[in-house]
Amino acid sequence: MVNVIEIANVSVRLGDFLALRDISVNIQTGDFVAIIGPNGSGKSTLLRAILGLVPLESGRIKIFDKELRMIPPEWIGYVPQLKTVDRNFPAVTCDLVTSGIHRSWPGILTKKDHESVSEVLAMVGAEHLCHKPLGQLSGGELQRVYLARALVRKPKILLLDEPATGIDAVGEDYMYSILDEHLERADTTVLMVTHDWLTARHHANRVLLINHKLIAEGPPSEALNDKHLRAAFGHVGHAHDQPCDGASDV
Amino acid sequence: MFEALQYGFMQRALIAGLLTAVAASYYGVFVVQRGMSFLGNGLAHATFGGVALALLLNQEPLWVAVPFTVLVAVLITYVRDRTGLAPDTVIGIFFALSMALGIVFISRIQTYTTDAFHYLFGSILGVTDTDIRAAVFILFLILITLRLWGRWAYATIDREAALADRIPVKFDDYLLSVLIALTIVVSAKIVGIVLISAFLVIPAASARLVSRRFLGMTVVSVMIGVVTVIIGLMCSFQFDLPSGASIILVQALIFTVCLLISMVVGARASLKSKSAARSKS
Repeated sequence: MVNVIEIANVSVRLGDFLALRDISVNIQTGDFVAIIGPNGSGKSTLLRAILGLVPLESGRIKIFDKELRMIPPEWIGYVPQLKTVDRNFPAVTCDLVTSGIHRSWPGILTKKDHESVSEVLAMVGAEHLCHKPLGQLSGGELQRVYLARALVRKPKILLLDEPATGIDAVGEDYMYSILDEHLERADTTVLMVTHDWLTARHHANRVLLINHKLIAEGPPSEALNDKHLRAAFGHVGHAHDQPCDGASDV
Repeated sequence: MFEALQYGFMQRALIAGLLTAVAASYYGVFVVQRGMSFLGNGLAHATFGGVALALLLNQEPLWVAVPFTVLVAVLITYVRDRTGLAPDTVIGIFFALSMALGIVFISRIQTYTTDAFHYLFGSILGVTDTDIRAAVFILFLILITLRLWGRWAYATIDREAALADRIPVKFDDYLLSVLIALTIVVSAKIVGIVLISAFLVIPAASARLVSRRFLGMTVVSVMIGVVTVIIGLMCSFQFDLPSGASIILVQALIFTVCLLISMVVGARASLKSKSAARSKS
């Protein structure tokens, strides 16, 4: 197994506030890791630290054993929270997905762009949205399009920040089925921020439970026990509503 | 109408007007989509401060107004970036500061000068060969930065994704502010400081109403900018009106037409989707 992301003693300060304290974890090829914790626990900050969007106060993060700046940006696909997108921007779905290929906004789409975009939109069940303006997409549609934008560059690492925010249960289920299907075919490592530990039990093979510091790490069945959940959330919520099946604990 | 072009001053005004129209309406699409319309106002008033200082020092206004306005643009971007203050708050502070300095400088000028009025309200009579050379330089800057259009647009729609893709977004913020500042200073002689922010915003806003894609918006914005400058300057000559006001009135007319087109298109699309929903049920 190759270390895809190596996080060593990472602390991140946001203003006067220590958002992350001494986090250390190794993520390996093919892992589907769910980063779980309550609101404001530093989940998104950890993802942003991996992306180099926030400076580290201490520690280091290596990707494929190299500094982030040595890694081609195309190796990382990122699905940010929906609120970062300007829905009023004059664009159609194809434009947004193509921006994932070129890391730039497209003027005129080439035939090759069209082929790549059509292929990935079909993969996420959104080929009919290609010429639809972004402002007319529903939350679920936009999330699928964002997933397509991240996947179109065939990333080695996929980072998802609360991908189910703002979409209904059906849309959420559909999105995870797309993701599971993709992971069966591609050798992609996934890190997903979520506050929903039931989702993590079903889809992730590893969990990072954090509340500013790392509380637990491991397969969902081990990391999401009552003691750890209480330490992270202060309660165990509905953790026992859906028993953890063996299939997810790969 | 074409007799106007026999006059040297009119030729200069038209050349400078067209070049600055291309620049203003090109950068205008980023100003509109980034919600920075107030920046145009702030930098226009910085230009006033710079022009007033030049008049006080008895220097060519352009050579003082350019560094003065660029400095203000950089300071606005710096303070906005380094503090949690909202952009309009930062712009408002520098807007008032530049205006206050301009008023102080003007009050110290002993002799009457028409230059200040040319800059305030725009004048086709005031355009010099220096202004044309400056406008050509602005166009040259657009051409050499044309390849940055895609990454500026990318950071405009999703700043977070652009940062994650290691686009130098902060550097681009400064660059764009400086280029917009230069465009405003050079356009001020034609359009006037009072109306320059509209010159920056109206073509882009009109284009936004009738465009589905950002490339289309950019092209339409530049076309509107060019056409309205030609018509506006002709009206200015024909009816002896201030050039800036003439151009902006023509642009406002085009905006109204675009607004009507977008409303009609929107109403038709809404009717179509309603009838499609009815036929499904």
